Amino acid sequence: MHPAYSVIFFTTASGAGYGLLALLGIFAASGLLPADRWLGVVGVGLAMTLIAGGLLSSVGHLGRPERFLGAMRQWRSSWLAREGVLAILTFIPAGLFGIGWVFLNSTQGFFGWMGALAAVLAGITVWCTSMIYASLKPIQQWHNVFVTPSYLVLGLMTGALLLVLVTRAFGVYQGAFGWLAVLAVVAGWAVKTAYWRHIDGTRPRSTLGTATGLGRLGTVRLLEMPHTEENFLMKEMGFRIARDHATKLRRVAGLALFAVPFVLALAAALGGPVVGTLAAAGAVLSAGLGVVVERWLFFAEARHTSMLYYGMAA
Amino acid sequence: MTSLPENRGPKRLGLVIDLDTCVGCHACATNCKEWNTSGHSAPLTDVNAYQAEQRGVWFNRVHTFEVGDQEGGRTVHFPKNCMHCEFPDCVTVCPTGASYKRAEDGIVLVDHDKCIGCKLCSWACPYGAREFDEVEGVMKKCTLCIDKIYNKNLAEADRVPACVATCPSKARHFGDFNDPNSNVSRLTAERGGMELLPELGYQPTSRYLPPRPGKRPQGDAAALPKAANGTAGRFLRWVDQMLSR
Repeated sequence: MHPAYSVIFFTTASGAGYGLLALLGIFAASGLLPADRWLGVVGVGLAMTLIAGGLLSSVGHLGRPERFLGAMRQWRSSWLAREGVLAILTFIPAGLFGIGWVFLNSTQGFFGWMGALAAVLAGITVWCTSMIYASLKPIQQWHNVFVTPSYLVLGLMTGALLLVLVTRAFGVYQGAFGWLAVLAVVAGWAVKTAYWRHIDGTRPRSTLGTATGLGRLGTVRLLEMPHTEENFLMKEMGFRIARDHATKLRRVAGLALFAVPFVLALAAALGGPVVGTLAAAGAVLSAGLGVVVERWLFFAEARHTSMLYYGMAA
Repeated sequence: MTSLPENRGPKRLGLVIDLDTCVGCHACATNCKEWNTSGHSAPLTDVNAYQAEQRGVWFNRVHTFEVGDQEGGRTVHFPKNCMHCEFPDCVTVCPTGASYKRAEDGIVLVDHDKCIGCKLCSWACPYGAREFDEVEGVMKKCTLCIDKIYNKNLAEADRVPACVATCPSKARHFGDFNDPNSNVSRLTAERGGMELLPELGYQPTSRYLPPRPGKRPQGDAAALPKAANGTAGRFLRWVDQMLSR
């Protein structure tokens, strides 16, 4: 599948934003974070900017962006519509939570509940995003049980690294934040390794034989394309990455998204204020690069059955 | 509504495509473009129409495959357009309600005024039947010539999809699969009409008729009948021997 930068930016930025928002909501409501105005401005502001920036970027992906409000109508059947509805709904408690924190210096009582509610809705929104991909039967690399855990864990992980950085910078860091980040990195590493192992070991469900019904007569090969130039389908679904390139990029993703952030998150958890802040900043930068590579690969390694008709493997 | 219709009407319209008689002339694709560029989905736009890297909206595309090896091998021309599936994921994934399946005849359509061009339906279709119009920014698709098959201004014989009307080898048939006596139902039963990608569970309406077994003798070329020169007489046999040296 063609890796569109708007969608890569959307899923990675919003994922991190929802992760950070959820953790801020939970830790502020439970009293682990002080209701300090500037911490609220930077923390909730950063989360909301990532979420809104990602959503705007996804609107840019549309052929008719001015009609984007229509995308929420069919929540009964469409995961994309559900994601849109949940994204808008999340803004309500998240906005109230942010107002309470920044303007009223309160993250308890009603505003605490709003933080907790924003955390729950943020999780459901990311789940809906993952289901857009996981529900597509023609793409085996997406239609599997590892996709939803990947999206959820990577959102939580990138959000946790941001939380460590923000709280280190404001001097309100708690040990729980750091160890949560370390755990999330380990979980992300495990889930993504399992995902890659799964897609490498899965045999294609469909072949050109089943796609044409001609398999019973012998081996089917493409002789001629319908046309000499690339059509929309081939541009959108026919993107292919060479196996050795994918292997290298997986190594880059493994290093930048997991190995380096793991070491730096440990340093951020164990080090003093200065070392901790620098390590957290390094972990955020590395994971930010790594998650973009990971998401790019998520698209580039996905293969669509319709390309069987164009002589490509599914 | 992009939920599928709860109560399906009496008809299940679709095509039967005969892979035995299709000659791969692309007339169906051409006439489809011709009719539909001024019909329900008009216009079917093109980009770079008269230069390199041209692309555009075509509801019908003809692929050509080779099947089997050696003497048993054959060339199969394979026209492909929307299957108007009974369980079309392209409809249920649509966030806006632009994609829908008609209850009365099962035709899958797009309301181009509602479509936001998110392209998710094209990802959900395993057959590659969706066509994005990059000029208008919306998704388009085969309508089974909805503006032709119900068109009272046309003679009744002409109320068939453009691809069916034009096929010079009569390889395309249009009809109601819910009627056991329709031409499409009978052809499907008689010739073993195939469903494409049955393992994915979309239950496509349209069917493909497999090529009939070849008439060429199988096996060694030596087994082919020889030219009948046994009665040609001594002189011709001598000529044949001389020339065969």
